[in-house]
Amino acid sequence: MLEIRGLSAAIDDKPILQGIDLTVPQGEVHAIMGPNGSGKSTLAYVLSGRDDYAVTGGTATFNGHDLLAMEPEERAAAGVFLAFQYPVELPGVGNASFLRTALNAQRRSRGESELDAVQFLKLARAETKRLAMPDDMLRRNVNVGFSGGEKKRNEVLQMAILRPKLAILDETDSGLDIDALKIVARGVNELRGPEFSALVITHYQRLLDHIVPDRVHVLAGGRIIRSGGPELAHELEAKGYAEMVAEAA
Amino acid sequence: MPVGTETLDTVQSVTQSGYKWGWETDIEMDLAPKGLNEGTIRLISSRKQEPEWLLAWRLKAYAAWQQMQEPHWARVDHPPIDYQDLHYYAAPKQKPGPKSLDEVDPELLTTYEKLGSPLEERAILAGVDPASIEGGSQIAVDAVFDSVSVATTFRETLKKAGVIFCPISEAVRDHPELVQQYLGSVVPVSDNFFAALNSAVFTDGSFVYIPKGVRCPMELSTYFRINARSTGQFERTLIIADAGSYVSYLEGCTAPMRDENQLHAAVVELVAFDDAQIKYSTVQNWYPGDAEGRGGIYNFVTKRGACRGARSKISWTQVETGSAITWKYPSCVLQGDDSVGEFYSVAVTNNCQQADTGTKMIHIGKRTKSTIISKGISAGRSNNTYRGLVRVLPKASGARNHTQCDSLLIGDCCGAHTVPYIESRNPTAKVEHEATTSKIADDQLFYCRQRGLSEEDAVGLIVNGFCRDVLKELPMEFAVEAQKLLAVSLEGSVG
Repeated sequence: MLEIRGLSAAIDDKPILQGIDLTVPQGEVHAIMGPNGSGKSTLAYVLSGRDDYAVTGGTATFNGHDLLAMEPEERAAAGVFLAFQYPVELPGVGNASFLRTALNAQRRSRGESELDAVQFLKLARAETKRLAMPDDMLRRNVNVGFSGGEKKRNEVLQMAILRPKLAILDETDSGLDIDALKIVARGVNELRGPEFSALVITHYQRLLDHIVPDRVHVLAGGRIIRSGGPELAHELEAKGYAEMVAEAA
Repeated sequence: MPVGTETLDTVQSVTQSGYKWGWETDIEMDLAPKGLNEGTIRLISSRKQEPEWLLAWRLKAYAAWQQMQEPHWARVDHPPIDYQDLHYYAAPKQKPGPKSLDEVDPELLTTYEKLGSPLEERAILAGVDPASIEGGSQIAVDAVFDSVSVATTFRETLKKAGVIFCPISEAVRDHPELVQQYLGSVVPVSDNFFAALNSAVFTDGSFVYIPKGVRCPMELSTYFRINARSTGQFERTLIIADAGSYVSYLEGCTAPMRDENQLHAAVVELVAFDDAQIKYSTVQNWYPGDAEGRGGIYNFVTKRGACRGARSKISWTQVETGSAITWKYPSCVLQGDDSVGEFYSVAVTNNCQQADTGTKMIHIGKRTKSTIISKGISAGRSNNTYRGLVRVLPKASGARNHTQCDSLLIGDCCGAHTVPYIESRNPTAKVEHEATTSKIADDQLFYCRQRGLSEEDAVGLIVNGFCRDVLKELPMEFAVEAQKLLAVSLEGSVG
């Protein structure tokens, strides 16, 4: 379970998050929607441990771990996965060896046995196939020369292989055509289960037609101004952010 | 705290991990008195029971050296070197000519073990019958301990193939006609200050001759070690690949920790005839000095290959992580038509290390082709310079060169410099130069860490990715070692 209480954060002394309260029970998928600059990506980065952000107040725990006290790699080993809005290129680093190194680092830190190259490839190929991605995805260098859509799909492939307990998807749907969108949704839906929860950050209702959330939260001005069921996303789509922000004020 | 600052701090803490290969072996040494004069050279020559022509050759080099000035055009700084304050000859005292490894001083074998030679090689050095060693390729080791070769293995297998692989002092005795013909034919005695010094005082090194049409049945490998206090090391290597032959030669270096700076001025000469190929790979890990720049090896090396024959090919691959100062430009003289020269380099500098390294490709023959891929990685307060010359002479119609120089900076107190010289005197020649400079970006590190990698593993992964085009040129045995070495050299460089 992810529990966030009064979380505030700033970048370069500029406050972005201003007291977020949010609980994502185990097994649930929650969507975070909100206008540009509302703090959605900041929330994703603060939870995953990017250190350009200063946490100025509040707490965030995941399954009892004090996330804010942990290094990014410790959070990863505890099961936190961030699908980046802008996935990063690693020239000369093969996707497969990157993922195997990452998976084994996580397993080592959890006291599990490491996978050898053969075991890993078997797993990775199966996931690649399941997500209908081309085989060469694993052979190519991490995100180098990938189109925007390929980068997003690669994030989903990584998620499928690393099997996180909490996935944070930061606008993974932006810039995707409908086919890619479905693949992303499938990646998330197939992980859904009692051991998996997700925070799906998006601007649009569109993705939520494919990943039906248990709860929807609207973030504006660094605070959650409304929470509700999946129908809230439709209401938002109809009214637009401005009206909802005005109503909440 | 922004990662940038942390990055810097950890770069500075790298050195605390210390130099893994620093130790000293206690073996009784036979030392020449300090100083360099004609007497020293005569002493070296007589200790090695050399023929008159070689003594004369040395003396000629010495005379040339006396007229020369230490070069200062490279982007390196060091206090003056007192050439009279060095021992020019050091040999471990041993019974002459050990017939088998059992006769070799066990201390020496322990030393090689510490060097972390691959298991296969250690087994060979430990005297295990080569035929019983399982798995993979065989590597012949001509182990150079300070100045005298103490163990040469696989001699018999090579002999069957007609390959000569032995200490150069032995080649002087047993194959004088070959040595006399080729020694100094690629790097003349008066080529440069350090080459002249080497020619005057070299004590040992390796000699390789591959006969016509022979593909050398194994990788050849030499480990150089500097072990005696204040002993300059002047290795001399000569490799001749006759028409249609092939050889892959591996050279690896580590050196024990020292307070004083030590001078290393090696000369390597390669000669390739028609259709012959020489692949020369180096992993250089001499002691780099401490975090404040105290100690460390001064590495002034002259390496040059002559592609004398048509369609001959010489490839230099180097991974340079050690030494306080690296001054090294493995070069190719492309005389034969359609001959090919290649230079693949990774140079890592950290703390106060200085590297000025690159290559020279001299295109003389028609349709000669050269490729240069240089990857420089700078961390700490180090300086890393690529210096390269591509020269196309008037007769080299259709010559081609492609140069790719990439620099990677870790932290913001280090420097990367690229100094390409291009001289083309043939209008049909094509010369391309590409250069990039980048930093390990904070977002790359965060991306890796978010996936579960520690910061150090992330740096190792990114650096190895950056060097991939060069590392893949190394023979398998070296590639693994080199990858580890890169990670160790930059340990904690980001944090």
